[in-house]
Amino acid sequence: MEMPKPDDGVMARRPEIAAALREIVPGEGVIVDEEALRPYESDGLTAYKTLPLIVVLPERVEQVSRVLRYCHENGVKVVPRGAGTSLSGGALPLADGIILGLAKFNRILEIDYDNRCAVVQPGVTNLGITDAVRADGFYYAPDPSSQIACTIGGNIAENSGGVHCLKYGLTTNNVLGLEVVMMDGEVIRIGGKHLDSEGYDMLGLLTGSEGLLGVVTEVTVRLLRAPEIARAVLVGFPSNEAAGACVAGVIGAGIIPGGMEMMDRPAIAAAEAFVEAGYPLDVEALLIVELDGPESEVDYLIEAVEGIAKDNGAVSIRVSNSEDERARFWAGRKAAFPAIGRISPDYYCMDGTIPRSQLPRVLSRMAELSEIYGLRVANVFHAGDGNLHPLILYDANKPGELEKTEEFGAEILKLCVEVGGVLTGEHGVGVEKRDLMGTMFTEDDLNQQQRVKCVFDPDSLLNPGKVFPELHRCAELGRVHIKRGQMRFPDLPRF
Amino acid sequence: MATLLKPENVDQVREAVAWAAAEETPLELVGGGSKRAIGRPGNAAHTLDLSQLTGITLYEAEELVLSAGPGTPIADIHAALAEQSQELAFEPPDYGPLLGQPEGAGTLGGVLAANLAGPRRIKAGAARDHFLGFIAVSGRGEVFKSGGRVVKNVTGYDLCKAMAGSWGTLGAMTQVTVKVLPAAAKTRTVLVFGCDGQTATAAMTKALQSPYEVSAAAWLPQPLAAQSGVGYVKDSGASVAAIRVEGPGPSVEYRCDALRTQLAAFGETEELHGHNSGAFWREVRDVRPFAVAGDTRAVWKISVPPQSGAALAMELSQALGGEAFLDWGGGLVWLAVPIEADHARIRAALGASGGHATLIRAPAELRSAIPVFQPQDPGLARLSQRLKEGFDPRGVLNPGRMYAGV
Repeated sequence: MEMPKPDDGVMARRPEIAAALREIVPGEGVIVDEEALRPYESDGLTAYKTLPLIVVLPERVEQVSRVLRYCHENGVKVVPRGAGTSLSGGALPLADGIILGLAKFNRILEIDYDNRCAVVQPGVTNLGITDAVRADGFYYAPDPSSQIACTIGGNIAENSGGVHCLKYGLTTNNVLGLEVVMMDGEVIRIGGKHLDSEGYDMLGLLTGSEGLLGVVTEVTVRLLRAPEIARAVLVGFPSNEAAGACVAGVIGAGIIPGGMEMMDRPAIAAAEAFVEAGYPLDVEALLIVELDGPESEVDYLIEAVEGIAKDNGAVSIRVSNSEDERARFWAGRKAAFPAIGRISPDYYCMDGTIPRSQLPRVLSRMAELSEIYGLRVANVFHAGDGNLHPLILYDANKPGELEKTEEFGAEILKLCVEVGGVLTGEHGVGVEKRDLMGTMFTEDDLNQQQRVKCVFDPDSLLNPGKVFPELHRCAELGRVHIKRGQMRFPDLPRF
Repeated sequence: MATLLKPENVDQVREAVAWAAAEETPLELVGGGSKRAIGRPGNAAHTLDLSQLTGITLYEAEELVLSAGPGTPIADIHAALAEQSQELAFEPPDYGPLLGQPEGAGTLGGVLAANLAGPRRIKAGAARDHFLGFIAVSGRGEVFKSGGRVVKNVTGYDLCKAMAGSWGTLGAMTQVTVKVLPAAAKTRTVLVFGCDGQTATAAMTKALQSPYEVSAAAWLPQPLAAQSGVGYVKDSGASVAAIRVEGPGPSVEYRCDALRTQLAAFGETEELHGHNSGAFWREVRDVRPFAVAGDTRAVWKISVPPQSGAALAMELSQALGGEAFLDWGGGLVWLAVPIEADHARIRAALGASGGHATLIRAPAELRSAIPVFQPQDPGLARLSQRLKEGFDPRGVLNPGRMYAGV
């Protein structure tokens, strides 16, 4: 993976840029010391590191606006950053760019239960929103596994999902309004406490745009009433195929569980060794199905799920009978990543989505690739929506092993696309999958996406080097080349 | 000379748009034509009719996905989904009868391009929330795609969102993919009689804040309730607040009972079962209270924060001599006013609460005279303009349908 070559001219102007930024954000809000810059050198994708030019931590919208305007006028690149938990390198710094950190925007501005929404600053953590409303029986639905740390601003950038998104949707389905600062410093407001603003859906375009279109400074999210109860079923299967068939059976029966997670044998073993969740160790695949809602509904559906599991050859079925037990079922799944971290010096987490029916084919090919590359792989899987997280185990200290891992990962993602899936289900493209975009999209597809980038940031100063394998100049993309036929519609029906 | 182009495949769509772009002559994009009377009147000399791009090309119920040509009638989609006990969860409305068109003329592409949603919007989202992928021809005459055929995907910009609600101004879609969901096994509706709009909003809010998973909440004043085809509503002689629950049998019965107990304080209650519930919510979904023969009043669709709807509905219907009812728990106001009313008061009344008003039914003269879609702030308007230019630089796809110059 290569980043665009840093601009020496900008690097040389570092003192001058720092001084200008200090005019806007006084005191400790501008970081230039190498030691203090170090924590910002990478995000959740720790394989890649770059020291940023400068870090700026504004506290007010007006400062964000002035910082961006200054950078726009002076040709300085900007990488926005929330908590830096991106798993795709979305917040990876640029050597010739500043990091614009939104961590100080950490206030909940308004909780409006009657309109069932909350207005928050972008640096509030995902879980922070739910924590603020939990006592009153409400919650914010999307729950990425980094929810303790990740910020809502970052969730907007990445369109984050989580375990519950099959039933309750991704970030994009749970956001009502945004305040956004454009690269030229202009502040715009989109949406609000009402639904479906007319006009082009800028809210939808900005959500999941990976920090390339604008900097979010305020977010209005939907609040939901928490379900009466939740119960989970833990089901073991003798094969991945059987577990996959059970998932299809549950959805085919018209049941959309609150969560439906699958783990393969290596993931089960690692998780059980780490947290002793009580997982069966003699199965090939484990399914956690969580049902939530009114008690009568949950009991009814649990019984239905048990029946479907038995029909699909389940070898062990346990239903949670208390909140403690439910939490224990989840403990292993939630600790799956650190559990893998215990059995391997490093691991690389992939994030493709596949049509679920292709699971057996994808898993068996992955096993073959694992042999070929000589690298172990464990799988956790948001089974309901086909979002696969293969974890490749490697050792970064062994020369060449990271490169081999990246190659193996790329093979997996290409396989996902080949079977009708996509490169990323929830982690984003970032720098990680940037160079694979061509396996999913044609040049015309990518050009059209880049024209959206040009609408918001024509000089390509906001988070460049991410998402798109090749950045075209907006002027070039704006030209019109009509590929016109020789004759006027030779075979087009006319009336 | 005006030409009606009826392409049968993506190549022909591309050819037609490339021709229009080369000639710099605008096209009016049409599917089933059911919503043709919405938007600013255009002056396109030529029509690009996408109704031949029909047929479901992929439907995997267990994967919750369906792909079809955009010209596929919604009725065909409903029928195919019903065979697997599934549905489009956003409950696409049919504005045909409201606009003097036949029932059932709408297409899947049309519903997506207009980003419509019925009463279940508050729980399940709008068309945009179920739009997974598409292939389209841009105003540049280029075929491009976005999204995919899986329900969870963040690869690249979500151009489905740009297309949803773009009213055919960004691209001519040739293939669309949507998320489909299981249909509920059982439906019940709790009716609360005799509330004014404010009290009804309080009742709906209480229901929507409960853990009973309400999937729709609407309010009809007495004169509009009296037009319903559902006996319990028509014959009540009172205004009606309606709250719907859906799901597995035992759960629906439990939640319906619990809501009746909870809402008894607001007025006398009744419940509708499956058949009547279906009929009632179709009336609300399709704006049937204003789709009455001879009713030629202008109809506005006003989306506001749920707590603002009732007061706005009362203020505007009194001030302008109109009638209004509420959907989306109070957040959607349907307002009918005389054609000659002072329409400027409507957007002025949105004021600080925020929201937007769209003129859904009006004669062409009125739609030319006042903005049909909510005017945008300058910053947002500039972005819209530039987005249009990015997709359709020569302005050949439904130009001006939403905003002048877009």
